Amino acid sequence: MSLILDHVNYIYGGDTALAVHALNDVNLVIPDGQFIGLIGHTGSGKSTLVQHLNGLIKPTSGSIYYNGEDIHDQDYDKKKLRSKVGLVFQYPEHQLFEIDVFKDVCFGPKNLGLSKQETELRAYAALKQVGLEDEYFYQSPFDLSGGQKRRVAIAGVLAMKPEILILDEPTAGLDPKGRDEILDQIARLKEETGITVILVSHSMEDVAKYVERIIVMNQGSVLYDDVPREVFKHYKELEQVGLAAPQVTYIMQALASRGLPVRTDVTTIEEAKQEIRSKFL
Amino acid sequence: MIRDITLGQYYQADSVIHKLDPRVKLTATLGFIISLFVVNSWIGYVVAAVFLAVVIKLSKVPFGYMVKGMKAIVFILMITVVFNLFLTPGEPLVTLWKLTITKEGAKLAGMMAVRLSFLIVGSSVMTLTTTPNSLTDGLEKLMRPLKIFKVPVHEVAMMMSIALRFIPILLEETDKIMKAQIARGADFESGNLIKKAKAMVPLLVPLFISAFRRANDLAMAMEARCYRGGENRSKMKPLQYKGRDRIAYGVLLVYFVGCVLIRIYL
Repeated sequence: MSLILDHVNYIYGGDTALAVHALNDVNLVIPDGQFIGLIGHTGSGKSTLVQHLNGLIKPTSGSIYYNGEDIHDQDYDKKKLRSKVGLVFQYPEHQLFEIDVFKDVCFGPKNLGLSKQETELRAYAALKQVGLEDEYFYQSPFDLSGGQKRRVAIAGVLAMKPEILILDEPTAGLDPKGRDEILDQIARLKEETGITVILVSHSMEDVAKYVERIIVMNQGSVLYDDVPREVFKHYKELEQVGLAAPQVTYIMQALASRGLPVRTDVTTIEEAKQEIRSKFL
Repeated sequence: MIRDITLGQYYQADSVIHKLDPRVKLTATLGFIISLFVVNSWIGYVVAAVFLAVVIKLSKVPFGYMVKGMKAIVFILMITVVFNLFLTPGEPLVTLWKLTITKEGAKLAGMMAVRLSFLIVGSSVMTLTTTPNSLTDGLEKLMRPLKIFKVPVHEVAMMMSIALRFIPILLEETDKIMKAQIARGADFESGNLIKKAKAMVPLLVPLFISAFRRANDLAMAMEARCYRGGENRSKMKPLQYKGRDRIAYGVLLVYFVGCVLIRIYL
């Protein structure tokens, strides 16, 4: 049960002079149950990459396998793939359209041809998973706040019970509190259900705390693919591609360079706190 | 699929035609269209074709782009040709069952086809070589005399340029929403007409909402910069005729008079 990308290339506008090589020989294996951060600067190809994962875009060359089957085989059921690989787009609240929140979340499972009862059960469970209170269920989605709308939109994908959940910049445009809430909720969801989660972001800070593996994209290629602490060791190279390591990395590096015997490969503030404490107290 | 729409698109290139004043191009397009209806002989169409070919060559826009614009009207073109072919009375040429193709019909159908395709190619030369902004600038300046009749010229031009500007944005938005709904299992392709129409709701509702939101934001941004219509508004780059524009007007005049003369004497 895994997703495999084999030499995937994608070229925009192939027959004109404006052709862009959006993905360049991408090879990835995404096993079950991982929490992955996909990081890249604007235009690095991360959004293009995730749209390949559920078959919205067909690679120019190369193949994608889900559970051992080529998803671009003629008789492969794309609809089923899309229920298994749930993709939440950037600003997903812009896709809401139903007259109330509950109906909107029902849209996905209904499209899968489930019974009314099963559809509603799933919608209810999904809304609970994203932490939306019952009082909002029968309100128009357009009357909610930005953060609430986004939760409804995420619930709309969760209701399809995906095995892999991909979130493209789920925190874009949210304030720090809304950002932490959404990310914490995703982390909890991951904990409870054990699904694979791919978090797309341009901010290391956001993902460092949660993920167990980081894939760094640059100009359509995979630059690094490792556990966070290994990736952050390349903080100088990361800066060159318009990214940055979390601030704690910089603090620890600065302490070490002044001769203090601290580990420099910590990834979260909590870890840094303990490390500094253990050395000085 | 939706990205294939070329009518009204700009093709970046460095050519004489691109550099012409938009007013010249607007007038020339209008003149060219009128000339197509003035001439009614094959010689006239050959002259028009040569004129068009020279302009296309000068514009450095690949001919393929113009043909792409034609795709949109193939259907209309076919209807016109078929009707003219079969329904024009005159000397019978071929008889198929109850339908008769007459000599006059064949001639008329051919001319109609040529006229319509020239019309489309001619106007796409203008839109392909002129940015929407300079197009509306030109239009505004050309229509200025209408102000005497209380026509809100500036406002109309502004609305046009905003509408043009929004086309690519809304296309992109449509693409995005469509993908988002497909990711939620929506199906825009299969089913009968009613099912297909129903499937459009999850696309159209968010699209309309987004269009309104963008319009609102834009209005707010314009007001924040003290926009208050065309009164006393100056331009950063006012349109000014240059030498090449005068030459272009001259060439256009010669072509147009030529067409009229062909109509009268040939």
